[in-house]
Amino acid sequence: MKVPPRYKIKSYLLSNLIAWTVAVIWLLPFIGVFMASIRPYKEIVSGWWHIHPLTITLENYMKAFYHPMFPISTGLKNSLIVAIPSTVIPILTASLAAYAFSRYSFPIKNYLFAFIVFLMALPQQMTVVPLYFLLRDLKLLNTFTGIILVHSAWGLAWIIFFMRNYFSMLPRDIEEAAKIDGATDFQVFYKIVLPIAIPGIVSAAILQFTWVWSDFFLALVFLQDPGKYVATQRLPLLRGQYFVDWGILTAASIMVMAVPLLVYAIFQKYYIAGMVGWSTEK
Amino acid sequence: MLSKDIINLDRFPKDSPPWGALIHNAVWIAIHLPTTVFLGLGLAILLRKREVFGSSIIKSIIFLGMVIPMIVGGLIIRFLFERGAGIIPTIFGKLGIKSLEITWTAYPQTALFAVILGSIWIWTGFSMLMYSAGLASIPRDYYEAALIDGATKFQMFRYVTWPLLKPITVVVVAMTLLWDLKIFDIVYVATGGGPGGASMVLALQMWDYFARALNYNYAAVVAVLLTLLTIIPATWLIKRRGSL
Repeated sequence: MKVPPRYKIKSYLLSNLIAWTVAVIWLLPFIGVFMASIRPYKEIVSGWWHIHPLTITLENYMKAFYHPMFPISTGLKNSLIVAIPSTVIPILTASLAAYAFSRYSFPIKNYLFAFIVFLMALPQQMTVVPLYFLLRDLKLLNTFTGIILVHSAWGLAWIIFFMRNYFSMLPRDIEEAAKIDGATDFQVFYKIVLPIAIPGIVSAAILQFTWVWSDFFLALVFLQDPGKYVATQRLPLLRGQYFVDWGILTAASIMVMAVPLLVYAIFQKYYIAGMVGWSTEK
Repeated sequence: MLSKDIINLDRFPKDSPPWGALIHNAVWIAIHLPTTVFLGLGLAILLRKREVFGSSIIKSIIFLGMVIPMIVGGLIIRFLFERGAGIIPTIFGKLGIKSLEITWTAYPQTALFAVILGSIWIWTGFSMLMYSAGLASIPRDYYEAALIDGATKFQMFRYVTWPLLKPITVVVVAMTLLWDLKIFDIVYVATGGGPGGASMVLALQMWDYFARALNYNYAAVVAVLLTLLTIIPATWLIKRRGSL
C-alpha cells in the first residue's frame, strides 16, 4: 500500500511525540527522587527542578546509610538475610511439587491444584492474625527464621503454579527413555528435568527474590525488633523529626530500590518471561 | 452453620465499620481499572509501531513502576504531591488552579486521588507488558487478510485485535482487581490512610485494627471481608481461563 509521504511524516512525528511525552512523564518522578537525593535539603524545598544553585553532594547517602536510629546499611543486610533463603527454600520444594503435579496422577490432584491457585489470590492480611499467634507460640516471632518460613510458605503457591506450567511444556520423550534405561523417578527429575527447566527456575527465583525484597507488610507484622528491621521497613522511619527530610528519604529509597532494579536490568529477559509466563499460559 | 460459634456478628465492628475503606477501594477500582487497562493497551499498540524511536526503552521506563518496591513507590507519590518540593502542586499553581497548589496527601479532598494517580503510574506497566506480549502473538496474516478485504484501521482493531486479546484482557482485569483490593504499602507510606480516614483502604484498615488498636477480632473481620471480595475476581479468572 502506498502512503503519501507527507501523511507518513506527520504520523511518524505524532507517534514519537506521544510516546516520548508519556516516557518523560513516567520518568519524571524518578528524576525528582534522584535530584533530591544528591542535593542539600535547602535546594529542594522549593522544587528539585530549580537548578540555579546546584550543589552535588553524597551527604544524604551517608546520612541514610549510617542513620543513628535506623541505618539503611543494617536494613540492606537484613533484607539479604531474609530474601536469599526465602527464594531458595520455596524454589526447591515447589519444583518437586510442581513436577508431581505435571507428571503423576494421584487422588484429589485437581482439587489440590485448584486450592493452590486459590491461595495465590488470597490477601496476605487473611493469614496474619492466626500466623501471628502461631509464630508467637513457636517462639519464632521477631526472628529471621520465622519470617523466612512465612515468605517461603507464601511463595510456594505461585511457584508451584508457575513451575507446573513450565514442566508441562517440556517434551517427555527423554524422561521416558531414561525411565526405560532404569533411572529412578528422582534421578529423572534432577538429572534431566531440572537442567532443562533452568530458564523457568531463574524466572521464578528472580520474581520471588524481588518480591520478598520489596515486601513490607509481612515484615511489619512479624519483625518488630528494631535491630531486625529490613530495608523497606526502615524507609518510612527515616522521615525526620520536625519536617520530612526528603534528602535522606530519597537517598535511602534509591539504595533500597537499587537491588530489584539491578536484578531487573541484568535478568530482564527472565523477569519479563516470568511476569508474562504465569499469567498468559494457554 | 449460622450458630454463634461460626458466625458471631457481635464481633463485627459497630463503632467504626470498615465501610469507608470499602468505598475507597471501590472508588479506587472505578478510576484505576479502566485507566490502566486502556492506557496499557494504547501504549502497547503505539509502542509496537516500528516508527517509534526507542520503543523498547520507553517500555522499560513505563515498566519501572512494577519493579521498584511499593513502599518506595508510596514515598515517591508523597514526594510528587508535596507542596513546594513536589512537581504536581507546582504545575497546578502555574496553571492558576490555586486550590490544587497544596500538599495533596494532607487534605481529605485530595489524599485519595493522589494515591490513586500514583497507583496508575505504578501499575500501567503491567497491562502494557501483557498487551505487548498478546499483540506479538497475533499472526500478521490476519491483518493482511483484513487489509485485502478493505478494513479500516478501526475495523481491524474492533474485529481482529480486540477479540484476539480477550484472554489477555481477562488476566489484566482480574489481576488489576486483585491488586486494587489488596493495596496497602503505598497508602501506608503516602497518607497513612488519612487525613481522618479520607484515604483508608481495607488492607490498611485491617492492619490498623491489628497493630494500632490491638483488636484482633476486628482485624480478622476485615481480613475475611477482604478475602471474600478477592474470591470474586479469582474465581472469574480461573473459570474464564479454564486452566483447571
